[in-house]
Amino acid sequence: MAPAQQDTAVHTGRIARTFIYVVLLVFALFYLLPFFVMLVNSLKPLSEITDGNMMALPRAWTLEPWRQAWSSAQIGVQPTGLKPYFVNSLLMVVPAVAITTVLGALNGYVLTKWTFPGHRIIFGLLLFTCFIPFQIVLIPMATVLGKLGLAGSIPGLILVHCVYGIGFSTLYYRNYYAAFPTELVRAAMIDGAGFFRIFFRIMLPVSGPITVVSVIWLFTNIWNDFLFGASFGGQSQPMTVALNNLVQSSTGVKEYNVHFAGAILAALPTLVVYIVAGRYFVRGLMAGSVKG
Amino acid sequence: MGFLDIRNVTKSYGSVKVLHQVDIEVEEGEFLVLVGPSGCGKSTLLNMIAGLEGITSGDIAIKGRVVNGVHPSKRNIAMVFQSYALYPNMTVGQNMTFGLEMHGVPKAEREKALADVARLLQIENLLDRKPGQLSGGQRQRVAMGRALVRDPDVFLFDEPLSNLDAKLRVDMRTEIKKLHEKLKTTIVYVTHDQIEAMTLSTRIAVMYRGYVQQLGTPREIYDAPANVYVATFMGSPAMNVLPARVTMRDGVPHAEIAVRDGANRFLKFSQANMAAWEGREILLGIRPEAITDPDGADRNSRNIVALTNRIGVTEPAGADTYVTMELGGKDIVARMRADANVAPGADFEFAVNMDKAVAFDPETEDRIAP
Repeated sequence: MAPAQQDTAVHTGRIARTFIYVVLLVFALFYLLPFFVMLVNSLKPLSEITDGNMMALPRAWTLEPWRQAWSSAQIGVQPTGLKPYFVNSLLMVVPAVAITTVLGALNGYVLTKWTFPGHRIIFGLLLFTCFIPFQIVLIPMATVLGKLGLAGSIPGLILVHCVYGIGFSTLYYRNYYAAFPTELVRAAMIDGAGFFRIFFRIMLPVSGPITVVSVIWLFTNIWNDFLFGASFGGQSQPMTVALNNLVQSSTGVKEYNVHFAGAILAALPTLVVYIVAGRYFVRGLMAGSVKG
Repeated sequence: MGFLDIRNVTKSYGSVKVLHQVDIEVEEGEFLVLVGPSGCGKSTLLNMIAGLEGITSGDIAIKGRVVNGVHPSKRNIAMVFQSYALYPNMTVGQNMTFGLEMHGVPKAEREKALADVARLLQIENLLDRKPGQLSGGQRQRVAMGRALVRDPDVFLFDEPLSNLDAKLRVDMRTEIKKLHEKLKTTIVYVTHDQIEAMTLSTRIAVMYRGYVQQLGTPREIYDAPANVYVATFMGSPAMNVLPARVTMRDGVPHAEIAVRDGANRFLKFSQANMAAWEGREILLGIRPEAITDPDGADRNSRNIVALTNRIGVTEPAGADTYVTMELGGKDIVARMRADANVAPGADFEFAVNMDKAVAFDPETEDRIAP
């Protein structure tokens, strides 16, 4: 026999409930429809689109637009497809996320467990970077990159994104570590562990949730960035800039199916990151914010 | 010179002085308890011994070596924290041997030390668990185990029992005491619980407002408190302190206590030297257990004084019955046998054991006699 269920739900009327679900469904459709259009049209020949059947399922299914977008579409002047730019983006985003996350974790560790006079000011200044609009730093950044000899290169882009990302990753880790019991650090000190040992053996193993948050946030932002990529990319432009060049080209036939495939390709990595790590995202956000 | 020397140690944060000239010598094998209310500086002093906080002035020496400025891990101390501070990502075994690992002790030795301590604390079956899977009492044992494995010169306990429920706390208290008697280690133990202090310690330092008010054995602290603060802090219910005047009757000093009905009560002092205070006001301290029903009075006392007074409230507590009454303008608590025939509002003849009474100077609040 099933145990008696304690009724704890607040009852909503049937009509109200139906209304809520309808509204939610409409919102879901509103967000899913564009993706549906992109997906469907990326899988049909261009002729079907130009015939005016945007919403219809393909009559002749084809992966040709995807292949073109990936390896042979005209990007700017070269018929290279998006592949090299995709690689550029990966080469930029992976080190940038890794470096920013590690530095953020170290900053958070120092700002909570090894506080020094003025640590609040330092943290405040780091936070400030979160609020500086990108456009303001374009020209100074270009000067700095030029002086460093990093202009127009992937390392240059990595540096720019690290500088911008470190404020956020520090904020995340600082709030997370603020809730981390200081007694544990003291116990480890008495046990004889030094600065880095405490970090790697005690703090980092329990930082999973906040690392997921930091990685998702940074990955999404850096991958989706257009302004820095277009400004400082030079010969190694990221995916976003290439997609723009593909879609905005003013000569030749507009190959909508290829454009759609390219757009999905550009969005895919962030989508994958969300699906793989998303359920930790909310948990991590809560852990960082509520306890901190 | 003691095993652990605290010499003229002070601590200031900016212009705020939180510890004043603390001077304590701890002998090898001693169990010193630092007790006091929150904010009295006891945890600060412990952290200074551990090396987790700097010393503003003075010296701390362990085994004759001054350790000011020496890193906590190089003082050969171990600490048990209030929250246990077990590393959540490591198993119990890893937790306990982490310190040895950090000190470069070979694996075989670590395993042996771990096995010995685990057997001593009866936690052998827990070694592969994570701290999150343990109960409060088990965590407490593991935290002590982690300290024991190191075989340090001095153990530091920072309110280790305050997170346990009442029953477990009493059990663990007994266990710590047994452990100390078995291992004869030197322990400095911080608590705000005066019963823990009394039961565990070989010596107690009562601290208040950054000063050590009194340093002595539990018996000294209880029977001969240095001042009113120590007298009322140690003991539960607290010692009764009431204003009285010293008067001579038949050449013997008495405490004359004003009562509302105008018929002042006279309690004969056991201490002849109170005569020097003739005619002056004092504060008289009498512990609740020294005011009893006549049948419950201490038969070994040489000076039981009868005192008739009206009973205010009775509080049966099972083993005893507490009676509250008014005397000298204060509410006074007396401890009766459980089946003493007391009724609220009735006049009753109490027996006061004046051997146990102490007197304080009302100006300085320091003890005058005995």
